[in-house]
Amino acid sequence: MRRTWWIYLIGVLGLIAVAAPFLWMVLGSFKTQGELLRVPPTWWPERPTSQNYEELFSKANFPRYFLNSTLVALAVTAGNLIFCSMIGYALAKLRFKGRNALFVVVMATLMIPGMVTFVPLFVLVTNAGLANSYPGLILPFLVSPFGVFLMRQFFLGLPDDLIDAGRVDGTGELGIFARIMLPLTRPALATLGILTFLGSWNNFLWPLVIAQTEDKYTLPVALALYSTGQNAQNYGLLMAGAVVVVVPVLVMFLAFQRHVTKGIAITGLK
Amino acid sequence: MLLFLAFTAGPVLGSLGMSFTDIRQRDLRTPFSVNGVGVDNYVKALQDETFRKAAFNTAYFVVIGVPLTLVLALGAAVLLDRGVKRFQALFKVGYYLPVVTSIVAIAVIWRFVLSPDNGLLNTVLGWVGIDGPNWLASKTWAMPSLIAMAAWRNFGSAMIIFLAGLQGIPDSVEEAGQIDGAGAWQRFRYLILPLLRPTILFTSVTTGIGYLQFFEEPFVMTKGGPLDSTLSVSMYTYNQFGFGNYGLATSMAYILFVVIAVITFIQFRLLREK
Repeated sequence: MRRTWWIYLIGVLGLIAVAAPFLWMVLGSFKTQGELLRVPPTWWPERPTSQNYEELFSKANFPRYFLNSTLVALAVTAGNLIFCSMIGYALAKLRFKGRNALFVVVMATLMIPGMVTFVPLFVLVTNAGLANSYPGLILPFLVSPFGVFLMRQFFLGLPDDLIDAGRVDGTGELGIFARIMLPLTRPALATLGILTFLGSWNNFLWPLVIAQTEDKYTLPVALALYSTGQNAQNYGLLMAGAVVVVVPVLVMFLAFQRHVTKGIAITGLK
Repeated sequence: MLLFLAFTAGPVLGSLGMSFTDIRQRDLRTPFSVNGVGVDNYVKALQDETFRKAAFNTAYFVVIGVPLTLVLALGAAVLLDRGVKRFQALFKVGYYLPVVTSIVAIAVIWRFVLSPDNGLLNTVLGWVGIDGPNWLASKTWAMPSLIAMAAWRNFGSAMIIFLAGLQGIPDSVEEAGQIDGAGAWQRFRYLILPLLRPTILFTSVTTGIGYLQFFEEPFVMTKGGPLDSTLSVSMYTYNQFGFGNYGLATSMAYILFVVIAVITFIQFRLLREK
């Protein structure tokens, strides 16, 4: 019993180390530029100001980026829920020629880094006339090998008897999938949905190359370009920008965290 | 499935083909003017001083970063599994928070944490009398700074996997050790750690694959500098792409891929031997 208090102390110190940069970011976003430059730095803002946020949302056009990020993330999430569950179901429960070969292809692409595919993908999307467009931002991510893998693993765990029962009752194959099997995968769908949304929201490299004009920027792209461009010294603006990028996913993660950690424990992948 | 083939499997083959050509940005409109150049791109990449520097930096990032991340992750997992029975969920979620946030945003925040005079880190160091350097502008300290940030951000991910691994070890194992008179450290070292071997192998490979591709950190924090000291292979590939050298960029990406594939292959061999 005497030992436990210092174990908790270590745990709490760890939490502080994790949380401190976030807290500092939030507090910093309410400081004036003058206060942010002061040595030594202040912890609490002396005269809290919402000026950074006002500037962010008027001059810097962050509502637009916010909308773009949300739109892309929602579309990508919807696509993944639909397509990954269908492919996962087919790979787990339907017998057809080349099924194992297809699964090997999925697993192989799971390991291929984004850098490898991104140049030809860029050429493909550009040639299709989709550069700097929403379809260009969304299409390449509508299906993910991770999602297929996750859904396949989940479908494998469901008994075949349910499918047979459906067939006996005269339900069509599509009906068996949509009305019997799919509702049973709700936990997996929740996991996939939240992970896909977070992944899309945080995605950087692809939107960076495909969004060429300001009106198609997603939040991370806008933030990165602001932080390396002429606004690099406007600390307040950057901190407020980071808050806008980070806080929505933090809130979302806290609301759905059980699904996130479960998905990682099941598949061992991010 | 078509979508998947078009946007994932297709480009993989496409990039393999492109890496053997002299394709450049201007060829986008006239695809038939591209010439095959054999392995020239690969030769050029491997002879490029800057590419070698980037490869060295990437190796540095992985070799120091992966163990650091895993030690933090394992420490946190043991702490959660054995130590903090109450509030365990709170700690778990807390430690995991940085993993779900945008690397770009994290990198922006850390630029301020690491800034020389009014940064959070140097202020804290100042309390104990240490005069911290200008982390990101120093050739010596820029890379360690990025590594520390990456470990801080990512350890929660491996921690979850370690937790699952630890919870899979039956209590009887530790009880047996206790009866034999083994201390806490000995039980951990000789009983728990060997049983966790497959988990450690798995997390080290997945973390390693992620770190081999590090890109956002130098992109936002250092632009690869100072003097290319934080330039990664991914970032150099991206730069070559930006210059319009598509063929060269894909060959670099493929070199990275081959390294990753070899590591993955070794992992599967090691796991199978168990």
